[in-house]
Amino acid sequence: MLQFKIVGVVFLLVLSTVLTAQNTQSVAIKKGAYVPLYGTTDKKPVEVKAFNMDVFPITNAQFVVFLKKYPQYSRSNIKGLFAEKSYLSQWKSDYDYGTTNLSNAPVTNVSWFVAKKYCECQGKRLPSMDEWEYVAMADEKRIDARTKEEFNKYILSWYEKPKTYTNPVGKTFKNYWGVYDMHGLVWEWTSDFNSIFLSGESRKDKDTDKNLFCGSGSINASDLMNYAAFMRYGFRASLKANYATKNLGFRCAKDLK
Amino acid sequence: MKPKQQNGKRIKIVLAACLTVSLGLLAFNHYKPGSDADSNKYIKVEGQQEAELTAPPFVPKPVGDRAATKLVVHMEIKEQEGEMADGVKYTYWTFGGSVPGSFIRTRVGDEVEFHLENHPDNKLSHNIDLHAVTGQGGGAASSLVAPGHEKVFNFKCLNPGLYVYHCATAPVGMHIANGMYGLILVEPEGGLPAVDKEYYVMQGDFYTSGKNGEPGLQQFDMDKAVKEQPDYVVFNGKTGALVGDKALTAKVGETVRIFMGNGGPNLVSSFHVIGEIFDKVYIEGGDMINKNVQTTLVPAGGAAIVEFKCEVPATLVLVDHSIFRAFNKGALGMLKVEGPEDKTIYSGTTQEGIYLAEGGGIQSMPVGKKEVKSTKPKTVAEQIKSGKDVYGKSCFACHQSEGQGIPTVFPPLAKSDFLNGNTTKAIHAVVNGLSGNVTVNGTKYNNVMPAQNLSDEEIANVLTYVYSSWGNNKTNVTASQVKGQRNQIGH
Repeated sequence: MLQFKIVGVVFLLVLSTVLTAQNTQSVAIKKGAYVPLYGTTDKKPVEVKAFNMDVFPITNAQFVVFLKKYPQYSRSNIKGLFAEKSYLSQWKSDYDYGTTNLSNAPVTNVSWFVAKKYCECQGKRLPSMDEWEYVAMADEKRIDARTKEEFNKYILSWYEKPKTYTNPVGKTFKNYWGVYDMHGLVWEWTSDFNSIFLSGESRKDKDTDKNLFCGSGSINASDLMNYAAFMRYGFRASLKANYATKNLGFRCAKDLK
Repeated sequence: MKPKQQNGKRIKIVLAACLTVSLGLLAFNHYKPGSDADSNKYIKVEGQQEAELTAPPFVPKPVGDRAATKLVVHMEIKEQEGEMADGVKYTYWTFGGSVPGSFIRTRVGDEVEFHLENHPDNKLSHNIDLHAVTGQGGGAASSLVAPGHEKVFNFKCLNPGLYVYHCATAPVGMHIANGMYGLILVEPEGGLPAVDKEYYVMQGDFYTSGKNGEPGLQQFDMDKAVKEQPDYVVFNGKTGALVGDKALTAKVGETVRIFMGNGGPNLVSSFHVIGEIFDKVYIEGGDMINKNVQTTLVPAGGAAIVEFKCEVPATLVLVDHSIFRAFNKGALGMLKVEGPEDKTIYSGTTQEGIYLAEGGGIQSMPVGKKEVKSTKPKTVAEQIKSGKDVYGKSCFACHQSEGQGIPTVFPPLAKSDFLNGNTTKAIHAVVNGLSGNVTVNGTKYNNVMPAQNLSDEEIANVLTYVYSSWGNNKTNVTASQVKGQRNQIGH
């Protein structure tokens, strides 16, 4: 009887880890503050409240499950307003990512609208840009590794590696929080990806706007050497919510109760 | 007293008036009242056409006397791996798949509809700032484009001249350092005067994680870029882009025009063509023409148009005359001029003797500690390919492009009995230098060849190249043979 119980418990444990893996593990991120590269005109630290963040980006396999449940977001049913033509264009068909795409590779060519919907359907949400950047500034050991040369070099080197979107999730480093793939796999949507254009104060707005172009490219940046982050802000600024791009995936986050 | 004073004053006034009038006349000779842009903005366009774009070193055909038109430009951005130097790989970001990017040719009054297309496989967002554009960011503010997308904006060419365009997405320096620049020409009404040959050359500095020559995929090094210490300074995106069979060509009697740009990101170019004098330089790519110029400055993010008539046959060498950049970092190109000689203009050596004031000992190049190891042994074909590059950098200046040498001064390497007779002597000469009397193919030479600061492998490659060329006996020289000679003391 005891043996049965042990076997049962072990079985349940295994089952639950498998299930949570399927369900996307997430980890708790403790609250903190950081000074973002853009978005604060006074360079004061931004407070990030405690929240839960997915350990991995959403994969092709997970996305198929979602589409089967919500067929209105499949490639042939999606409204043009919510995703442009390249939406899931690398897939074989509506519910088949084909043999060239790994089941555990991040799903890309997904618009912001659909990414947002996906997270909502899991009882989650997209992380905000501040949350994303806060988690992304950690390396294996430190909460904030942005000033570390090696860390920036690692991020920069990814920009020069072609076709990383075909790689499986979880193969880059595990950061301080236990989160993988913040760098080195794909870009990721955030809930307020284009918000640095909309700070509210029109004169400042203009200045912030110009930052991403020529001339004042570094005036408003809080860390001149943070080339790596410049790229992310530049990339995000070029996006629209219906865009679907090969190197752009997403993951979800959740408020802590 | 009084009348005299007045007289003096009068003379002064007359002088001043003369000066003013003559200055005014001078000014009116060159400038119309108001700016060019003021009048050019009223030029009407006729019809529409697709712009011809060309990869360097070529340029699209001249505008000639065509009317201003609506010109549609499709420029595709590609992030792609390329070769910076032999065995050195680099991920370039390009406008149109080349560094520098595609050449755009317009005329004043043209209304350009510019399509900037970012290839879906690209990782990054880009934009374009064309210095020919009058408007916010030179177009940058309207053209930030995500991978897999296209942005369109329009502009009117108001000012004639040769202009740089570049990517201006943050971090701007890095986008430029990776090759995102090119030239756009706005010709005046009726076009530039016709010439026989036109070429497109652009200088750029590159910052790699490894030192100059270190093989493998090299990443961009932002520290070196900030310190402005490039590993490569090159024409047209890589070392050797304009040498050997890729050299520019012209015939004696032809007039050559070079559209010379400088993408930077950091260095200013002292552009010079060894063996020629620029008959005309459109200073900084603008209207003002300077004549009879040896070296012209091309600022980073700027350009110049140079023109010269080729009077005698020669291999002209294009350099940044900040000369270490040319011979040690790659800023070297060639223009081969073929045709009949004119001994009045250039005779070649007419007399030759020995002059020894300080003694004629062997000179040597300072030896660094570099011994660049390549990852795997090269095939003979690869050796020949690398050796050719080394030849272009280290040997060509004296022994000349076809190994013909310079009669009575520098011995030939083509069909050379000196080389073919004894490989060891040949290796020895390159490793340790050579001076005094040598007889090659029956002619005596008395000169000094410095010991070359090359690695064993480079020497093996260049000798293998020489032996495989110009009627020599195809000996394959290996690095270990060279090493053997290096270890022999004395000579």
